[in-house]
Amino acid sequence: MILDHLPALQVVVPLLAAPLIVLLRSGRAGWFITTAVSWISFVISILLFIQVQQTGVISYALGSWPPPWGIEYRVDVLSAYVLVLVSGIASVVLPYARASILAEVPSDRHYLLYSMFALFLCGLLGIAITGDAFNVFVFLEVSSLSGYVLIALGRDKRALRASFQYLIMGTIGATLYVIGVGLLYLMTGTLNLADMAERIRAVEETRPVLVALAFITVGLSLKIALFPLHVWLPGAYTFAPSAVAAFMAGTATKVSVYVLLRFVFGVFGVRLVLPDLALLEMLIIFSAVAMVVASLVALFEKDLKRLLAYSSVAQIGYITLGLGIANADGLTASVAHLFNHGVTKAALFMLVGGIVLRLGTSRMDALAGLSRRMPVTCIGVALAGLSLVGAPGTAGFITKWHLVLAALQEGQWWIVVVIAASSLLAAAYVWRFVEIAYLRQPPAGAVTKEEAPLQLLVPAWVLVAACIYFGLDTSFSLGGARDAAAFLLGGVR
Amino acid sequence: MLIAVAAPVFGALGVALAHRIPNLREALSFVAAGVTLVCVLMLLPEVLNGGRPEIVLVELLPGAALAFRLEPLGMLFALVAAVLWPISTLYSIGYMRGNDESHQSRFFACFALSIAFTLGIAFSANLLTLFLFYEALTLITYPLVSHHQDDEARRGGRVYLSYLLGTSLTLMLVAVIATWMVAGTVEFTPGGILGSEVSNSSIGILLALFIFGTGKAAVMPFHRWLPAAMVAPTPVSALLHAVAVVKAGVFTVVKVIVYIFGVDRIAGLSSVDWLIFFAGFTIIAASVVALRADNLKRRLAYSTIGQLSYVVLAAAILAPLSMIGAALHIAAHAVGKITLFFAAGAIYTGAHKTKVSELDGIGHRMPFTMIAFTVGAISMIGLPPAVGFISKWYMLQGAVSTEQWNAVAVIAASTLLNAGYFLPIVYRAFFVNAPAGSAEHGEAPWSMVVALCITAALTILLFCFPDVPLALARQMMVV
Repeated sequence: MILDHLPALQVVVPLLAAPLIVLLRSGRAGWFITTAVSWISFVISILLFIQVQQTGVISYALGSWPPPWGIEYRVDVLSAYVLVLVSGIASVVLPYARASILAEVPSDRHYLLYSMFALFLCGLLGIAITGDAFNVFVFLEVSSLSGYVLIALGRDKRALRASFQYLIMGTIGATLYVIGVGLLYLMTGTLNLADMAERIRAVEETRPVLVALAFITVGLSLKIALFPLHVWLPGAYTFAPSAVAAFMAGTATKVSVYVLLRFVFGVFGVRLVLPDLALLEMLIIFSAVAMVVASLVALFEKDLKRLLAYSSVAQIGYITLGLGIANADGLTASVAHLFNHGVTKAALFMLVGGIVLRLGTSRMDALAGLSRRMPVTCIGVALAGLSLVGAPGTAGFITKWHLVLAALQEGQWWIVVVIAASSLLAAAYVWRFVEIAYLRQPPAGAVTKEEAPLQLLVPAWVLVAACIYFGLDTSFSLGGARDAAAFLLGGVR
Repeated sequence: MLIAVAAPVFGALGVALAHRIPNLREALSFVAAGVTLVCVLMLLPEVLNGGRPEIVLVELLPGAALAFRLEPLGMLFALVAAVLWPISTLYSIGYMRGNDESHQSRFFACFALSIAFTLGIAFSANLLTLFLFYEALTLITYPLVSHHQDDEARRGGRVYLSYLLGTSLTLMLVAVIATWMVAGTVEFTPGGILGSEVSNSSIGILLALFIFGTGKAAVMPFHRWLPAAMVAPTPVSALLHAVAVVKAGVFTVVKVIVYIFGVDRIAGLSSVDWLIFFAGFTIIAASVVALRADNLKRRLAYSTIGQLSYVVLAAAILAPLSMIGAALHIAAHAVGKITLFFAAGAIYTGAHKTKVSELDGIGHRMPFTMIAFTVGAISMIGLPPAVGFISKWYMLQGAVSTEQWNAVAVIAASTLLNAGYFLPIVYRAFFVNAPAGSAEHGEAPWSMVVALCITAALTILLFCFPDVPLALARQMMVV
């Protein structure tokens, strides 16, 4: 009985948690509830994933209003995959959050933070699960608004500026998106994505549909932080509280990529997107530039958090590159990298959170000789860093393999060169950290050994271990991505 | 087979845990080395009888698992690494203690892990597994190279990493994926996996990607990491840059040519001719540089570059006999060069000398060291009674049988050059009197002297009894 309502519960549980936390007005209770909620969500998402594997697409009519009139929650391989990613990272980040947030945020705001966290989680899960274009917008705004608050809670004044910047850019993005959806509604008379995909065929060559595609793509690209629309991202990730940065880096942009995948392949279909629009070519070019330029910026960044943020911009390029190549291996790489990079980057931001807790800063020059002070943290950063580089045996390698394969299949040698260059640059910026942490002398008078507290280390290392694990056992990360890619391409024909 | 790889890993763990008790730590190193050696030796009869033990670890990508399959060439390489590990452990203990090096636990732990990864390379059943362990080996040896943690070590380490990672992450990875794409598999298969539909020019491109992607083989222009890596403590240079790392490189080259391309498949193709010229040029150029190098380790490093390209050259000749020579040379050069490095380290520890020009008369003070050095040098030049003669013999036979006179000329010329840069050292050591007033010193610590005498003896013994490596090398060519 309850199993039938899992799709609704997936969203409703975190949604209800948010006001409850505000009512309780207690940081500790807030943390407890949010953690419980995220774990419940994780269990639900896994159940859904299994269910989808067994029975195929789950369609859930919210309030029993049948689609396309009511809002449909639609769980397929791809959305189940994203749900597992989002709730999984949330349930690792939250145990970490308690200690980290105690140190970084004034205690009277804790309950607000957890409430917003639950709302943020709800928004992301909602985006992934809903099958309704306008509902996507609603959840996009839910997650964005709570996201702005979360970033603004950072301890630095600059967090406010970063939050404001994100607010402006994010709102523009959401507005563009909703304009696009409006145009589509105008032309097709439906908001249900599956229904829209059917009806769009009749009007696919018309100008409003093409304009809608443009609006939606650009709007989502803003939320994805696709180069050159990424300017909000480094500030947001750098100044947000560490736990928030870890969760956002692992999930927020990924979910927007998911929506883009949905629209490009699910609604419009490659058939429409491919000819003479050059949308995919543009995506490839911007991704390639992101992979090289953002990596270069990361290489010269003076702050470890900003370095990681720019690395995120570059890695998002990998994801959209796979999307742009748009063959089976490219999409597999794209979807798998949602997961692989989500895990990797969340691990890195969590470890850096530990460093900030101990050092009070993440400036590179303050990290000299850090390996002696925080050996476990440093090894973690190096290992997760290898996953960023795409060294074999790590999660990042799996993506890179498919990405190169996809490019070779299309005979696009220059993309292979770009991927290679980008991974070399990644190796260079990861190695910059390693050299500073391991080979520099620590400043005189530094504390000899002071590891991050276990509450931070254990969750972070769970994800570091995941980086390695999913580089070796790829049955979930790659298997799911493969199914999702096949599903996306199959939906076209 | 799994134990052979696992033993060094556990050894490394033990070393890390026992870092407060040096004697226990070193004992653990020996135990791990012993277990590894026994395991590898136990595998030997099976492989000699034509067995190909196999283990699938985990399905990494659909159709390409992380798997081990032991074949003759891998057996030979594993044997070399497993035999030389305990000896160099013995040597390292003397060196590290004799020179009061810091971070000895990290050193021994990384040392053990690098052996584990080397064995992983030797055992690998497909390109993917090989690539994984190849990268792991690069990364784990980095702390060994920049062991001293000063500016010079940092610079050396940076060059080391950027050459090795730079080539493998770009060229080799693409080569592996391209192979996967054209052949649909990356398994090492006797006779190769490239079908007849693969065009001549794509084979040429693929071969170039593999050869230059294997930066560890140090074919020019990707050789500079090797001299840079000489900032490492000498035992590292000895084991890693005479045995594990560089041999992993040429092993990869030979393995790829034999089991991916297939010797018969690409013999005589016009698109693979260039390899002989690159290898030949590397041999000659490296020898000329070695001739002029005054720093002893630098001279040895350039000699290594030249010797590695012997293997590549022998493989490039693409005659069965020369392939056997290539495989033999992996073993022959390993024992010879490790002796030379050991001697260089002993000279540094005993006499604190690093330059060739300072070695006048040192043979009288460190007779064992310098006699061993002489044996190693003879093997490098390729004279009997050292094992280097045998491998060179096969290479020449192969070159003559396919009438590749260029290769013959290169081998002949480089023999002269080798003699030109090794014999003066021997001459100085024994026949020039030490400058008056130089400090008195004796031999290096006993453990170092014993180690280098063992490897020198191995160099001679392998000449007298080359049966096992020869049998393995011959089996490799049986399709």
